[in-house]
Amino acid sequence: MHYTSRAGKLFDAFNIGFLAIVAIVTVYPFWDTFVVSIIPLEEYLGSSIHFFPKKVTFEAYSYLFSMSELWTSYGVTLFVTVVGTAISMFLTVTAAYALSRPGLKGSRVIMFLFVFTMMFSGGIIPTYLVVKNLGMMNTVWALIFPSALATYNLIIMKNFFNALPDGLVEAARIDGCNDLRILYKIVIPLSLPAISTITLFYAVTRWNEFFNAIFFISDKELWPLQLFLRSMLFENESSYSGGGDNAFLLGPSIKMATVMAASIPVMLIYPFFQKYFTNGVLIGAVKE
Amino acid sequence: MEFVDSEPALNEAALQKTAVRPPERVRKRASLFRYIWFNRYLYIMLVPALVYYLIFHYIPMYGAIVAFKDFSITKGILGSDWAGFEHFRYLFSQDKFWEVIKNTVIISLYRLTFGFPAPIIAALLLNEVRAKFFKQSIQTVIYLPHFISWVILGGILINLLSTDSGVVNNIIKAFGGTPIGFLSEEAYFRTTLVFSMIWKEFGWNTIIYIAALAGISPHLYEAAVIDGANRLQRLLYLTIPLIRSTIVLILILRLGGIMEAGFEQIFVLYHPGVYRVSDIIDTYVYRIGLTDGRFSLAAAVGLFKSLINFTLLVLANWLSRRLGEQGVY
Repeated sequence: MHYTSRAGKLFDAFNIGFLAIVAIVTVYPFWDTFVVSIIPLEEYLGSSIHFFPKKVTFEAYSYLFSMSELWTSYGVTLFVTVVGTAISMFLTVTAAYALSRPGLKGSRVIMFLFVFTMMFSGGIIPTYLVVKNLGMMNTVWALIFPSALATYNLIIMKNFFNALPDGLVEAARIDGCNDLRILYKIVIPLSLPAISTITLFYAVTRWNEFFNAIFFISDKELWPLQLFLRSMLFENESSYSGGGDNAFLLGPSIKMATVMAASIPVMLIYPFFQKYFTNGVLIGAVKE
Repeated sequence: MEFVDSEPALNEAALQKTAVRPPERVRKRASLFRYIWFNRYLYIMLVPALVYYLIFHYIPMYGAIVAFKDFSITKGILGSDWAGFEHFRYLFSQDKFWEVIKNTVIISLYRLTFGFPAPIIAALLLNEVRAKFFKQSIQTVIYLPHFISWVILGGILINLLSTDSGVVNNIIKAFGGTPIGFLSEEAYFRTTLVFSMIWKEFGWNTIIYIAALAGISPHLYEAAVIDGANRLQRLLYLTIPLIRSTIVLILILRLGGIMEAGFEQIFVLYHPGVYRVSDIIDTYVYRIGLTDGRFSLAAAVGLFKSLINFTLLVLANWLSRRLGEQGVY
């Protein structure tokens, strides 16, 4: 296509400029956070806008990394992310595959039961009571099971499986494969883009887990990263255990260092999955 | 194609061996069993998900009856005495309840009004960019905040918007203005909430529209160019009508979530000084349920919310079908 018209060129220039500004506004807060985390307090208090650090110090990070609470919460979050994501993927892939087989009796009813939960829920208090009755309060399982399966992800996965050529599955069946083997040997290897995308979605949700944690976890030993972050970011300086004056002086830098420590893993990972998002959502959005 | 419906032939033969054929009903049941046995692995695969939905979604739906009981932990759900609509009657007589409903609806409508068009506009603008590298870089950048939790973003926002040392207020001061308490003053709190929510999610929400736009056949544009349509005409008469059903679909889903005003974000950012304008149903449920231990009352609020959401979704879907669009179900 050709836009030789002057209005077209002018529009392009404005469009690109505008989008660039939007992008800058979106990332600037993260840059600012990074800068605050590595500058000494004098510089933080002295300059009004610190776009580039004049002096760099990693005091805040060394203070942060010396806190045992950080490592405990990292441990909890890592466990919940790895085990939780594995469980979520197991539930999602098995159910999605079964539901993607054309004409399986009862699958429409089951699908409706699943989708209905997106529209109506009993509310958080009854869920709380279920978790309590299962004896899961103050266990990592309370962070894993109550939101183990996301119907939205299930739908994307199912539609992806639907889009695979039917002949493949049929041929494998004629060769004597049962459905477990077909799923494991054929369908999963062919669906790696979708599977890795959904895995990322689950993993990020787990990493950012907060909602279940504040409802179900009161034991500080089991605090996931996000609860540790909250105590660091939103509670008074006095609550920094054992830090004394040092912690107070580092105040804003420590907070921002904590933010960086919690978000860098996610920032590093998601761009690699990006090319799959659009495709995944495209396939997931197509209705049968 | 229809392999799941095809019956295994050997079982058919086995059935015919019996001298007296079983009555119709028994045979039907037998064939259903054979069907299930033939597809047993598929049904087994459904079991874990069914168990999950049963425990964590359907039992809580049943458990919502605590809203109609005087729930006591020791007596359990079944053992607790019935209270009828007492909790609802009590709630509806409370000014606080209506304040919370009002806040939820206002914040949610703000989010809808400003947050709904933002990703559509962004996707349309991105669609006009031809330089692939630039387009992808912008996309990568605007997706970022979606992946970061509200706790982290809350910390960043407080740093950015603080009245004495935040960048935004420093800029305002540099231009001779007076600092604004974006997060501390009632007058600004909701605006800050809505603006930061859009900042976090607009990029991510473009995905579905970008996918829809990518699905439009280039031939249509070529034909339009030959017919002499300019860029604006192509946008108005081709692009927008073609993504209309996606827009409607998202809108219906958003309407079904009108009672969701963003628990995590508000929970992280609010404080007693701004409760009057920011306390929403979910934060209210959290406080009366978990902090005060009034489970039945909190469950009543939660159930009320779910019912309104559900009703709105059904209405929106019905309306959309009346207007000739697809609807969610």
